[in-house]
Amino acid sequence: MTTSWKPGFVLLLIFSTGCKREHRVFDPGVAGATPANGTILNEVSAGQRPAQGAPLAYQQSAYTVAEGKRLYQAYNCVGCHAQGGGAIGPALMDAEWIYGSSLEQIHSTIVQGRPNGMPSFAGKIPDYQVWEIAAYVRSMSGLLPSDVAPSRSDHMPASVPEAAKEKEHPEQENQQPVEGPKP
Amino acid sequence: MIALLSAVPGFRGPQTPLDPAGPQALHIEHTLFLIFWITSVVTVVVLTVLAFGVLRQHAKGEIPPPFEVDPQTERRATWIVGSAIGVTVILLFVMMISSFITSHRTAVLANSSALKINVYGHEWWWEIEYPNEEQPYRIVRTANEIHVPAGTIVDIHGTSRDVIHSFWAPNIHGKKDLLPGYWNDLTVEVDHPGTWRGQCAEFCGLQHAHMAFNIVAQSREDFNNWYNAQLKSASEPQTPQAIHGREVFLSHPCMMCHTIRGTTANSTVGPDLTHVASRSMIAAGTLVNNTGNLTGWIANAQSIKPGCRMPPNPMDANDLNDLVAYVESLR
Repeated sequence: MTTSWKPGFVLLLIFSTGCKREHRVFDPGVAGATPANGTILNEVSAGQRPAQGAPLAYQQSAYTVAEGKRLYQAYNCVGCHAQGGGAIGPALMDAEWIYGSSLEQIHSTIVQGRPNGMPSFAGKIPDYQVWEIAAYVRSMSGLLPSDVAPSRSDHMPASVPEAAKEKEHPEQENQQPVEGPKP
Repeated sequence: MIALLSAVPGFRGPQTPLDPAGPQALHIEHTLFLIFWITSVVTVVVLTVLAFGVLRQHAKGEIPPPFEVDPQTERRATWIVGSAIGVTVILLFVMMISSFITSHRTAVLANSSALKINVYGHEWWWEIEYPNEEQPYRIVRTANEIHVPAGTIVDIHGTSRDVIHSFWAPNIHGKKDLLPGYWNDLTVEVDHPGTWRGQCAEFCGLQHAHMAFNIVAQSREDFNNWYNAQLKSASEPQTPQAIHGREVFLSHPCMMCHTIRGTTANSTVGPDLTHVASRSMIAAGTLVNNTGNLTGWIANAQSIKPGCRMPPNPMDANDLNDLVAYVESLR
């Protein structure tokens, strides 16, 4: 009697982990929809973790990652980074991260822009969409679980689906020091 | 009988195949009525005979005797069943031939001097383009509102930018699927000026039900006037409010997706807004184009069409009012 509920409970636990995968929030509220430009720029070294915590839900939902993939093309990230292979901009599907591979670091890279070409999108993209794009960028090098990463392309596939990407292991990231203000 | 049917409300309107506005819809309506009347009469006859048989046996009020084979009754039954099968086959052939004739008549309008219109299905709106290969600067792009000259053959060339959609204006013609990576053609003609509504007829996602368009048929003169007005770049904002509204448009996420010709906004992700105020509806036939709806749509489209591509745009009330004033000046 005491053990009969356990398999059911375990199954329930297993299934409940899958719930977030299809979780969809269409209206992220005022805070989420305000254009992202709140990342503070100060004398921290570039790519350092911003103060606020990252909403991890963005990399746990297949919907938001798929939205990120759509926006990656809509906002012309492909213009420089191609489908992750890189062209004018660096490749996003390898283990090399100049400004960090965490969700927050990618978010601040998009919002702040980076030297030698990466423009700042501050004030141009709603905050929640920047998180979606950042989550998708992580999926390109297999850093997201394969049940969340897009498993197929809406267009002619240019590369293997993100869900099938092998996980890259970013090396110990050396933060690039930024010189303080000159006296 | 047809006059009787057309008196029923719902049989006349801007979105019904029973109120044809073009030659092809008329052919389709003829076939529809032919098949409707044949099947109705057959149903009534069959049910009447069945009811007659049941009631006659019931009226006798006795258990029928075991079936005996009588050569004369048997012959009569064979004749009745045989002729019923014969009539069925003939009627099926009549319907099939009628269907062939309709397909043929609706297909042969194609004409090299036809007006060409490109239609792109998007999730969840329609991009309309009037191509012009000789003079690319005379290409007109609009959304969710197709203007055609009445009495002219129009060649609609359709494809999709994402998933499969289906173009269906029931008063004008049948459905035509819009497939990604493949062009489908639909030749139509609208007899007289008026406005008809069409809708996506292939389930395409969350807001499939809110993906409509209008076909506006005009006289040739009105159409040319409309076309020449659409060719122009956006008008310069006149009032201080609208001038500030343009600044708001260009400094907010609006310009990441929309085009307003004559400004730096040049993206093709969302509908072209160069002459948005000249359209009667917004949000793909969902809302009437007025100040209140426009403000609500810009502020939070997700509360109106959840899942649509337009993000919510929380902004200062003054900015929002000025932005709407600018958008409404885009005639």
